[in-house]
Amino acid sequence: MLEVRDLHAFYGKSHILQGVDLVIGQGEIVSLLGRNGVGRSTTCKAIMGLVPPVGEVRFKGQPITGLRPDQIAHAGLGYVPEDRQIFPGLTVRQNLELGLKRTGKFGRWTFDDMFALFPNLDERKDNAAGVLSGGEQQMLTMCRTLMGDPDLVIIDEPTEGLAPKLVEQVGQLLDEIARRGISILLVEQKLTIALRISRRLYVMGHGRIVFEGTPADLATAASVRKEWLEV
Amino acid sequence: MEVFLVSLLNGLVYGMLLFMLASGLTLILSMMGVLNFAHASAYMLGAYFAFTISQHIGFWPALIIAPLLCGLLGAMIEMYGLRRVHRNGHIAELLFTFGLALIIEKVVQMTWGLLPVPYRVPAGLDFPLFSIYGTQFPAYRAFMLLISLLMFGAIWLGLTRTRIGLVIQAALTHPDMVGALGHNVPRVFTTVFAAGTALAGLAGVIGGNYQVTEPAMAFTMGPIVFVVVVFGGLGSLTGCFIASLMMGLIQTFAVVLDYSPADLLRQFGIIVTSATPFHEVLTVPLPRVGALLPFLLLILILVFKPRGLMGTRDT
Repeated sequence: MLEVRDLHAFYGKSHILQGVDLVIGQGEIVSLLGRNGVGRSTTCKAIMGLVPPVGEVRFKGQPITGLRPDQIAHAGLGYVPEDRQIFPGLTVRQNLELGLKRTGKFGRWTFDDMFALFPNLDERKDNAAGVLSGGEQQMLTMCRTLMGDPDLVIIDEPTEGLAPKLVEQVGQLLDEIARRGISILLVEQKLTIALRISRRLYVMGHGRIVFEGTPADLATAASVRKEWLEV
Repeated sequence: MEVFLVSLLNGLVYGMLLFMLASGLTLILSMMGVLNFAHASAYMLGAYFAFTISQHIGFWPALIIAPLLCGLLGAMIEMYGLRRVHRNGHIAELLFTFGLALIIEKVVQMTWGLLPVPYRVPAGLDFPLFSIYGTQFPAYRAFMLLISLLMFGAIWLGLTRTRIGLVIQAALTHPDMVGALGHNVPRVFTTVFAAGTALAGLAGVIGGNYQVTEPAMAFTMGPIVFVVVVFGGLGSLTGCFIASLMMGLIQTFAVVLDYSPADLLRQFGIIVTSATPFHEVLTVPLPRVGALLPFLLLILILVFKPRGLMGTRDT
């Protein structure tokens, strides 16, 4: 479904991505792991067209490099950024509405689905999103992207800074997304959720992929964990 | 008392005129990060277009056509100029709009001459509407107030009740995210830029005959509008509105309140004479520093509240 071949990206003169290769199949959940600063978020942004990508990115067989982010979104890619980027002055409901690509055009998800999954959002649907707690904002930003009915969703560090109970909620939403047949590229630093839900894992280091395999493979690859993951 | 009421009305008229200019500038600056130096040039062009159009077919058609022309020009500047320059960063954009402002000024000078043009209040509105304690209030000023209130209502409805308004509000804080959600951000930018320049043009149409239509009008108005935008705070139209009215009222009242620091000191029994140290500064009357007050406020707010009155984010 998503094929990334020899992807490079630059911030000014710094060469951040130095040839990233990864593949995600239909309905597959894949995690991208690695320490801070190795280029995981830049990989997401380059795929979404938010950072100019150099190399080849194909989605559903079509090349998407050089397209604008909104065109990539219309092709069926969804993106949940690490820093959440909720619209603070707008209400919870308006935030969700902006996830829709056209007014009233619902796909796999409706407002009621989201409010049923997260009763907190239902209670606060007319409140400004800026007053939500960190955990609620994380749920909102994921729900907002899902409202656009993506076929593959890139989720960047959804559990960062969340309490264990909320991490569990994020995990449940990921399960629900997978249950509806949506592919997921999950970017994480911690292994907890990633090991449980992913079918395959990639580990990144210094702008490239340094390991690819199943959670079981990673469990036995002590050297990879020691060199690229453990702090 | 009558001085107070008349000044209050005049301050409101001027403040709403400022808001018409500043609302477009603040939307453009917050969304696109472009400090558009040419914004006040659209104000000037609006006045000149209206002058020429009203000579041929009258003021009322000019009220519609001149802002549309400005908006069209704005759309072309954004699509064929700014969008290309954008890739090279904010400094390049700043220089681009600065160059544009200079070019527009020269073109205006070459087309309409160096002297003010006789762009006058339409005859149908050239009468005193009412008088308070013997001071007349012109009907045209009431008309200006009406137009700017209508425009304010239209902006508010457009931003809060329409989908594009929702997208614009969202793009004020996170334009990249709005794009990643599937909204065509470049098209939104063009729309906002065109609407902003059209509003500036409209302000020129109704302000050009209230003030003076001359080639320097852009450079007199520009800095004040800039102060309003910074003072109100990036990303906040409400802040921009409050700041516009404040600047309008401050500047109007500063002109009529003929007092100096020496008058204040006299209340405390201190008489300033030519022998007092710094008597030159202490005897400066308020009307002479009136033009300075907005910039003083700019400095103060940048030092004490860098995000402005109601700003939602940093520059």
